[in-house]
Amino acid sequence: MKPAPFDYHAPATLDEAVALLTRLGDEGCDVKIIAGGQSLMPMLALRVARPEVLVDLGRLEALDYIRDEGGTLVIGAMASKQAAADSDLVRRAQPLFQAATELVGHRQIRNRGTVGGSFAHADPASEYPAVALVLDTEFEAVGPDGMRTIPAADFFVTYMTTSLEANEVLTAVKFAPFAPRRRWAIQEFARRNGDLALAGVAVTLDIEAGLCRDVRIAAFGVQATAVRLTAAERMLEGRPAQPQHFEEAGRVAATALDDPMGCIHASPDYRRHLVGVLAARALTEAAARPQ
Amino acid sequence: MSSKQRIEVRVNGIRHVREVEPRLTLADFLRHDLGLGGTHVGCEHGICGACTVLIDDRSARACLTLAVQADGHEVATVESLRAPESGALHPIQQAFVDAHGLQCGFCTPGFMMTTLELLRGNPDPTEEQIKEALGGNLCRCTGYQSILESVKLAAQRMKPGAPA
Ligand SMILES: Cc1cc2nc3c(=O)[nH]c(=O)nc-3n(C[C@H](O)[C@H](O)[C@H](O)COP(=O)(O)OP(=O)(O)OC[C@H]3O[C@@H](n4cnc5c(N)ncnc54)[C@H](O)[C@@H]3O)c2cc1C
Ligand code: FES
Ligand code: FES
Repeated sequence: MKPAPFDYHAPATLDEAVALLTRLGDEGCDVKIIAGGQSLMPMLALRVARPEVLVDLGRLEALDYIRDEGGTLVIGAMASKQAAADSDLVRRAQPLFQAATELVGHRQIRNRGTVGGSFAHADPASEYPAVALVLDTEFEAVGPDGMRTIPAADFFVTYMTTSLEANEVLTAVKFAPFAPRRRWAIQEFARRNGDLALAGVAVTLDIEAGLCRDVRIAAFGVQATAVRLTAAERMLEGRPAQPQHFEEAGRVAATALDDPMGCIHASPDYRRHLVGVLAARALTEAAARPQ
Repeated sequence: MSSKQRIEVRVNGIRHVREVEPRLTLADFLRHDLGLGGTHVGCEHGICGACTVLIDDRSARACLTLAVQADGHEVATVESLRAPESGALHPIQQAFVDAHGLQCGFCTPGFMMTTLELLRGNPDPTEEQIKEALGGNLCRCTGYQSILESVKLAAQRMKPGAPA
């Protein structure tokens, strides 16, 4: 038994969960939500996290769904990542999100890990926050004062930190319709299949009459949170969708990147290099994708 | 602090009711409370896959699951593979024996339970699909090639219509 002791509650309803989180928080208790546990359990085992109380969302079956709401894909926070990866609806409506989900960990992780848990955990090396930044994504959260909607740009704050309050539960992720003409790709580099990436890039763009339009590029694994690579986006806008411009966009992205992280596996310079290479590859892949 | 919780779990078809500490992992519950030592623990933080079991027929890392989270669910461990009456090895176990899919055997229960899920969902996997499925399990002995061969052999033998 490696985790430090904690108390445990598994509320049967969302209201009960929010009330519990609020009451325990007001009492000064260090309380944490557990969903699939695929990020939290390692942190408990290593005692990086030592909460006094865990509130398990595992009984909130009402948050386990994937559905179409008038063209918007809505995924309940407790849907598993494997369910999202296997869903025909997700594949049709949000192919980039589906492809990103297949890159997350291994099947054993995706079977238990939830879609909401990945967004709430906001790991800088996760594919999900970057994908949220290049799609039109919104987060729905419920707290003691009811429900609010948070756009992706305001959701990810910094290293493993979102704008969710401690007594708020992320309930759903909403993806606005992804136009069939829009191109997409995700590229990453990891040391082993299924590992968190050392660096990665997600892109979406339109190509109209051979020119790049509405280019969005986001990198993950390189800073405290996923970032839009705006210098490269601006450079490509209106340029011909051709390999030399994608290569140049990669160089611009790498040069403009502020202060990439370093660790024993990858120096800041190496990560900068990877972002340039992966951005060019992702743009090339997106442009070549059959419509 | 940390009051015990009553849980009810079906493990390999047998119902168990126990009082457990919330911090007890499912892996430790299986090994220590139920005496099912087939589920191995290597890293205990989600990296090696030695602890892989099926929860409601889906593969999961027993070290990344709390025993309390298994309350009301169905767990299958490597002990479920062997035929209860005859004691015959499961085709996956036999294939690992025949194709030398193990040396020390530490990783083997995890590989077998991962293989079970794979072959139930996809009886005729390609080599790429097998590699992808086994990607979350580490082995420090075999170099993986013989594990790959074992899974192929198991798939061949388990295919509907294959000679028994
Ligand atoms: C071997 C391994 C490889 C992995 N590889 C990848 C990878 O390549 N890419 C990747 O993105 N991830 C990876 N992960 C992480 C995995 O995807 C986790 O499943 C995910 O980060 C968290 O989801 P969870 O449901 O397990 O959340 P938990 O671990 O239960 O919770 C994570 C955090 O989010 C909070 N939280 C969870 N749900 C909610 C909610 N509904 N509302 C508010 N707060 C909430 C918790 O309080 C906790 O702080 C990997 C994990 C492992 C063990
Ligand atoms: S012991 Fe569970 S993954 Fe290593
Ligand atoms: S056989 Fe020894 S670790 Fe795989």
